[in-house]
Amino acid sequence: MSNSSSQVDIVRQSLKRRYRKERRFRMYGIAAIAVALLSLFILFADIINKGHTGFLKTTVTLEVELDGDTMYLEDPTDPDERAMADFMAPIIGALKKHFPDVEGSAANRELARLVGSYGASDIRDLLKENPDLLGTTQTMEFLAHDTVSVYVKHADNPRYTVRLSERQQQWVDELVDKGVIETGFNDVLFSKGDSREPANAGILSAIVGSLLTMLVTLAISFPVGVAAAVYLEEFAPQNRLTDFIEVNINNLAAVPSIIFGLLGLAVFIGLFGLPRSVPVVGGLVLALMTVPTIIISSRAAIKSVPPSIREAAEGIGASKMQVVLHHVVPLAMPGMLTGSIIGMAQALGETAPLLLIGMVAFIVDVPDGFFDAATVLPVQIYLWASSAEQGFIELASAGIMVLLTFMISMNALAIWLRKRLERRW
Amino acid sequence: MNSMNSTITGEAGVPEDTIIPVRDPVEEKRQETVEIEEGKTVGTPFSEDAKFALRNVEVSYGDTRAIRNISLDIARNEVIAFIGPSGCGKSTFLRCLNRMNDSIDSCRVKGSLMLDGENIYDPRRDVVELRARVGMVFQKPNPFPKSIYENVAYGPRIHGLANRKSDLDEIVEHSLRKAGLWDEVKDRLDATATGMSGGQQQRLCIARAIAVSPEVILMDEPCSALDPIATAKVEELIAEMSESYTIVIVTHSMQQAARVSHRTAYFHLGHLVEVNETNKVFTAPEHELTESYITGRFG
Repeated sequence: MSNSSSQVDIVRQSLKRRYRKERRFRMYGIAAIAVALLSLFILFADIINKGHTGFLKTTVTLEVELDGDTMYLEDPTDPDERAMADFMAPIIGALKKHFPDVEGSAANRELARLVGSYGASDIRDLLKENPDLLGTTQTMEFLAHDTVSVYVKHADNPRYTVRLSERQQQWVDELVDKGVIETGFNDVLFSKGDSREPANAGILSAIVGSLLTMLVTLAISFPVGVAAAVYLEEFAPQNRLTDFIEVNINNLAAVPSIIFGLLGLAVFIGLFGLPRSVPVVGGLVLALMTVPTIIISSRAAIKSVPPSIREAAEGIGASKMQVVLHHVVPLAMPGMLTGSIIGMAQALGETAPLLLIGMVAFIVDVPDGFFDAATVLPVQIYLWASSAEQGFIELASAGIMVLLTFMISMNALAIWLRKRLERRW
Repeated sequence: MNSMNSTITGEAGVPEDTIIPVRDPVEEKRQETVEIEEGKTVGTPFSEDAKFALRNVEVSYGDTRAIRNISLDIARNEVIAFIGPSGCGKSTFLRCLNRMNDSIDSCRVKGSLMLDGENIYDPRRDVVELRARVGMVFQKPNPFPKSIYENVAYGPRIHGLANRKSDLDEIVEHSLRKAGLWDEVKDRLDATATGMSGGQQQRLCIARAIAVSPEVILMDEPCSALDPIATAKVEELIAEMSESYTIVIVTHSMQQAARVSHRTAYFHLGHLVEVNETNKVFTAPEHELTESYITGRFG
């Protein structure tokens, strides 16, 4: 009797201890998740806080008189005349209407600098397209100069220094009050390539470059990775050679990405003579990098297909090929796709190997195809982040947000595909 | 000679004069090394009208001999039950009959295994054709994670047994009827098979095996994962099927063997100890080991 009651006491005491341990363990888990979520939140909050202004552009709307005499332009269809003409004059003229008391060439220059240097080319392009407009008055929206844009958006922010003279600041304040200078959604960001001037720089060419590169990567790495995984899991004999291959695939997954860049430079550009800076080479290099990840995750997915399904199919007389194609691969597909998309997301964020194969170039035009010089999102962000102009800081942050949006949508796609394919079974 | 004998010599250190109760496993192992003679089976292992003629079959996994020199005939349209304690090799032996052991690299099969006079293990023999003739139902219900219809239609489709949709529909209905499942599922053929109960799943697996019209159906403990009601249904099914198929069933339940089979084969540590009419095995076993097993002294 006493024996059994003491045993109950011991169990009870140990129970307390066990519960305490359990509670502590659960707390560790919650703490870990909290830390992860908090860092993610801080990261996002910081990026969005710093970068949301990158999605805003500052414009100056002016009534410009396209007067041939002030521009020294008689025939807008003549390229020589266009080259010599002063397209800045109408802009200065229009600004002067707002500030009639401004005199002197120094003041004129300062006034002109409220509008970005691409303002003049906007007028030139307009006249080139529509020569009839010469001599008329047009309402045109110009991009404000980078310094004006920074002043308007970040006047009270200590991290930005105001690079406008007192006089210019007064003008800008006045124009903002009049509604001449406005901020709006930055459509330039999504419709143009890189530029020397932050106000005129866009991320479209990098987005297209990334898409083209990812297409090449996907087209190569997914079939190769899945085929290799299926062969290794289902058909390969178990011997030293396959062991060796297996070890090396795992090693390959751990190779620093810059090595792949060097390999791409030596093999694809040096040996095969492919052009530099093109999405094809970038895609090939990133495919090399992604294949091991896809092989490893696909093999894990194939391994997790229950052997009973294999036996069931074999038991009815399905051939090896039919077992693999009808049952194993479809069942493993969600896992394979998830692995591939995670590998692709990794490749999307990769910079180092692309620097080596020349995808770090200054790309103004949106690439037309796989053999057209291009850059990719992370490289574009890197380029902007290392630029001197203040306007590029917020562009880099905006670029990071675009990149993160890409990644999140790819991951969402992975989850969606997984759910969808799993439900069918 | 092999690992098993060496373990027995190792355990034989028990003093001879100690009185050991009958249930002591050491004593039992000592007994059987004395009593089993390799390759010798008591009872009636051979048959006039043999579907399977198996002679001197040896199966080994690497260095372990799982089946030791077994000779047995399985008659046409009979139900034969394989019984025996766990690890006695009955499942291994069953799986030789449609070469399901092929996928295990270390597995070696020796001896002569004939199905209707043709060697099962002939290297030129197509295993796909063999498995179309010798179907299998597994221990755990393993329907494909597809619709009920697709499960049954899969076999006929890969073998090209039906050219038209209507033919396929007919095969599916016929197979499901034979498996006693038609009335339960005819309104939801498109529902996924994994949503059915365990007993229904197992009967679906039987329907799937029947759908390719095999001559033999191998059943590896088909009821071990089922409740008594589902078990009764499957047993009923076996009785019905015995009219048109040869059925080999491995079971741990002696009552089941007694209920469904015509002949019963008792396996022990890789040996085929006794084969007899089921009645005889359960009422008057010839071999001492069979008697100990069926009376529940071990196993």
